[in-house]
Amino acid sequence: MQIGVFTVGDVTQDPTTGRTPSEHERIKATVAIARKAEEVGLDVFATGEHHNPPFIASAPTTTLAYIGAQTERIILSTSTTLITTTDPVLIAENYAKLQHLTDGRVDLMMGRGNTGPVYPWFGKDIREGINLAIENYALLHRLWREDVVSWEGRFRTPLQGFTSTPRPLDGVAPFVWHGSIRSPEIAEQAAYYGDGFFHNHIFWPAGHTQRMVDLYRRRWEHYGHGPADTAIVGLGGQFFMRRNSQDAVDEFRPYFDNAPVYGHGPSLEDFSQATPLTVGSPQQVLERTLSFREYVGDYQRQLFLVDHAGLPLKTVLEQLDLLGEILPDLRKGFAEGRPDHIPDAPTHASLVAAAGGPTDPTVHAVDDVTGVSR
Amino acid sequence: MTEQTARIHPATTRLVVVSAGLGVPSSTRLLADRLADAVVRAAAGPLGPVEVEVVELRPLAHALADHLLTGFPSPELAEALATVRRADALVAVTPVFTASYSGLFKTFFDVLDPDSLRGVPVLVGATAGTARHSLVLDHALRPLLGYLRAVVVPTGVFAASEDFGSTGLDERIDRAAGELVLLLGGTARRSAGEPEDPFADPVPFEEMLRRA
Repeated sequence: MQIGVFTVGDVTQDPTTGRTPSEHERIKATVAIARKAEEVGLDVFATGEHHNPPFIASAPTTTLAYIGAQTERIILSTSTTLITTTDPVLIAENYAKLQHLTDGRVDLMMGRGNTGPVYPWFGKDIREGINLAIENYALLHRLWREDVVSWEGRFRTPLQGFTSTPRPLDGVAPFVWHGSIRSPEIAEQAAYYGDGFFHNHIFWPAGHTQRMVDLYRRRWEHYGHGPADTAIVGLGGQFFMRRNSQDAVDEFRPYFDNAPVYGHGPSLEDFSQATPLTVGSPQQVLERTLSFREYVGDYQRQLFLVDHAGLPLKTVLEQLDLLGEILPDLRKGFAEGRPDHIPDAPTHASLVAAAGGPTDPTVHAVDDVTGVSR
Repeated sequence: MTEQTARIHPATTRLVVVSAGLGVPSSTRLLADRLADAVVRAAAGPLGPVEVEVVELRPLAHALADHLLTGFPSPELAEALATVRRADALVAVTPVFTASYSGLFKTFFDVLDPDSLRGVPVLVGATAGTARHSLVLDHALRPLLGYLRAVVVPTGVFAASEDFGSTGLDERIDRAAGELVLLLGGTARRSAGEPEDPFADPVPFEEMLRRA
């Protein structure tokens, strides 16, 4: 079981002090959070991608490479990579490069993005969102697996004899998750490729998450990747902890009430009941998190959102310390009653092993002046 | 009941009344109830029994605002939306606020699945302090329901405060109710039924890839 944190990199005013961090502070805080995540023993750090204020989440591979240079073990991932508006050729290059630099500590989560105008800014049409996700990923999938690609589609200029460089580390493409809150087409896409499916989980009721994951599992089996319970599932989660649960509620309430996504809406209590949000003691967070399995089955990756709604860095780091404290019990709980045939989430090492060992994928070009192979 | 009469009188007609009144008691609800009673009376001969379910929007005001912010309905609101989806016919009544339907009334239709009222006969009503607002039925409610592809009966019932003390209101109520029953008469049930479930029956990926 992989346990980690994911961020969207929002720059939000702290409602208790009225202070808004600068972009610079928020960018540096993101790095501090990632380092802390590794320090407390978490497995994954994932950052989102946005191209507009109030976010600092553009250029995700720059951020992840910088974090990769300062960490040893943690897997660097995305939440999400905009497969709709980003050229799949650039995704192929950027993340293969990141794979080499971090010795394989990379995977990605594909998403469609949540800001309407981002599509026209990048010359795309939001009404084609699903089709963009399907076509662009189909190309990306080939670019990492075929040395020379000739390709023609609706959404980008054709490719003739194109080689994406660098080739993936050890000849193995990074593992890919597909994230979607409400589109069955994306669960279907993940199942078709035998990729992972990640459900955000935190904004909608559990019953909805259950239906999306169930569809993905059924279709995973349909496409011959194995029994439904061996599909690779990830979930989001959201908590705020203090040793005394009433302290957690009192401290978090102003952040909840003013949060960009659901603020000024339902009460903290109603939203906690309807969604996985857990505000309380470490024991309450532990128990609630372990209950997610009851409606999605045994799964592979749990990511928590901890650094949003204007929470100051100091508080976020304290949350990670508390998460670190319950981490052994979380791992124990997730292992309890988990059948032996349930796989772990693929990692670079497991994918290399499954491919029969590493290969040198370097494509040696022929010099077009001298004709000499280099 | 013999088989033959069972065929003549099909299943009970489900009439749903949406009322956006805010006061207690509310003149909007008063008009809504009179419209519903008139439909039941008018249907008794030609159509048979009518079951009336009332969706009061006032208790759902917070849930409606929350739905706008979170994107999902509370259990109570989900039940109200499902009730409308199951309707064979609808009576929709709003108070007039600032020259149009109230924001509460509009918000309910904003979060309703756009297919819920497709082909469903609807009787519209509105209340106001003055008769000068009477065209609100035609410039506000009819376009809204037209967008939702509902079938609005020709007579809408507008009641200003003074109409509750006059005689013409009864006549308009009965005429509108008669028109609604006429639209329902001799036809199959028109409820939209259950929504298509994209989770039960996904589009196969090869087909999506072809279409993309």
